[in-house]
Amino acid sequence: MKIVKPASAGTLESSDIQIRVEPAEQPGIEVHLTSSVKQQFGKKIIQVIRDTLEEIGVTDAYVEAVDKGALDCAVRARTAAAAFRAADNTDYEWRVRS
Amino acid sequence: MRLRRTMMFVPGNNPGMIKDAGIYGADCIMFDLEDSVAITEKDAARFLVYSALTTLDYSPAEIVVRINDLSSGLGVQDLEAIVRARPHVIRLPKTETAQDVIDCEKEIERIEKEAGIPVGSTGMMAAIEGAEGVLNAAEIAKSSKRLIGIALGAEDYVTDLKTTRSDGTELAFARGMIVNAARAAGIDALDTVYSDVSNEEGFLAEATIIKKMGFSGKSVINPRQIDPLHRLFKPSDKDIEKARAIMEAIRDANARGSGVASLNGKMIDKPVVTRAKYLLELAGLEEEAEEE
Repeated sequence: MKIVKPASAGTLESSDIQIRVEPAEQPGIEVHLTSSVKQQFGKKIIQVIRDTLEEIGVTDAYVEAVDKGALDCAVRARTAAAAFRAADNTDYEWRVRS
Repeated sequence: MRLRRTMMFVPGNNPGMIKDAGIYGADCIMFDLEDSVAITEKDAARFLVYSALTTLDYSPAEIVVRINDLSSGLGVQDLEAIVRARPHVIRLPKTETAQDVIDCEKEIERIEKEAGIPVGSTGMMAAIEGAEGVLNAAEIAKSSKRLIGIALGAEDYVTDLKTTRSDGTELAFARGMIVNAARAAGIDALDTVYSDVSNEEGFLAEATIIKKMGFSGKSVINPRQIDPLHRLFKPSDKDIEKARAIMEAIRDANARGSGVASLNGKMIDKPVVTRAKYLLELAGLEEEAEEE
C-alpha cells in the first residue's frame, strides 16, 4: 500500500497515541517516537507500529508518533487508521484481518 | 439467565475509556460507533473498537457494539469490521420497522459466512428512538431470532414527539409499548440513559419506575450509575427467603409426585413460581431456581 500524502490519527489524550504517517523520503520505514515511557517501552511501541504497517502492506513511510501511554491495541488501531488515510485507501480488507 | 441491569456506553474513539471499560462491573459494555464519534473519525473508531475487542478480555460482561444506522451508509462498513471482532451483540440504532432489523441481519449473516463465523452466533438488539418505531415495537421485537432485547432511546424520541425530557410523563407510552413488546417476544427491555450524572436522586427515581414497569435494566453513561442501579435491582433478603420457600415447596411436591404445591396453607400458582425463579436468578442464585 503506497503512502501518497501526510495523514494522522489519534489524539494527545491520556492512553492514546497520535500517529502521523507521511510519504518516505528514502526507502523503508522510519519511526520517530516521543513518549514519556520511551525508556521502558519505546522499542516495543516502535515494533508494534512497524508490525502493523507491514501487516497492511506499507513498505515505505515516515512516521511521527506521540505516545500518551497507549496500549498495544490502540497503537495498532491508530497506526492502521493513519496509514489508510495517508494511502487514500478505504479498502480495509477486514476479511484478511479476521 | 444473563443479567442486563446495566448497559454502559463507551465512546468508540476514546482509548482511555475503552481500556478501563471492564473494571466497573457493568453487566453489558456498549462500545459506540454512532453518536459519540465525529463523522471524520468513524474510520479511526472502527479500527480502535476492532482492535480492542480482538485483544482485551472484558469477561464476564456482555459486549455490545452500537453501529451507525444502515441508511447513513456507515452501518455496513461498521458491520464489516465489527462482526469479525466477535462481539456478543450488535446494537442497531434508530429502528423504525421490523424491516430495519431484517436488513441488518442479512448483512450480519453475509459477513458471518464470509468470515467463517457460525451463522446466527452474533446477537442483535434494536434501539427504538422515534414515534414510528414505538408504534412498531411489537413487530420489531419479533423480527429476528438474534434479538436479545429492545431499547428505548429517549432523546431522539422526545424530539420526534415535539416535547422534552422532564418527569417521565413524556416517555410513559413508549416505555409501556417497549416493555410489553419485549416481554411478548420473550426478550429483554432496556431503558434509556439518564443524562444528569450528578443527580443520583433523580436517577434512582427514574430507575425505580422502570424497574416497576418490568424493564430488565437501563443504559448508563457514567460508571458511577452502575452500583446504585445494581443495588436497586438486587432483591431484598426477605424476598429471597420467600422465593426460596416457594421453590422448596415446589420441589417437595414434585418429590411426592403431587401436581399441587402449597405454602402456609395457600396453593402456589404458576405465576408465583415463575416470579420466585426470576427473583432468585436476579439474586445470582440460579441453582436454587431449579424445580427438581
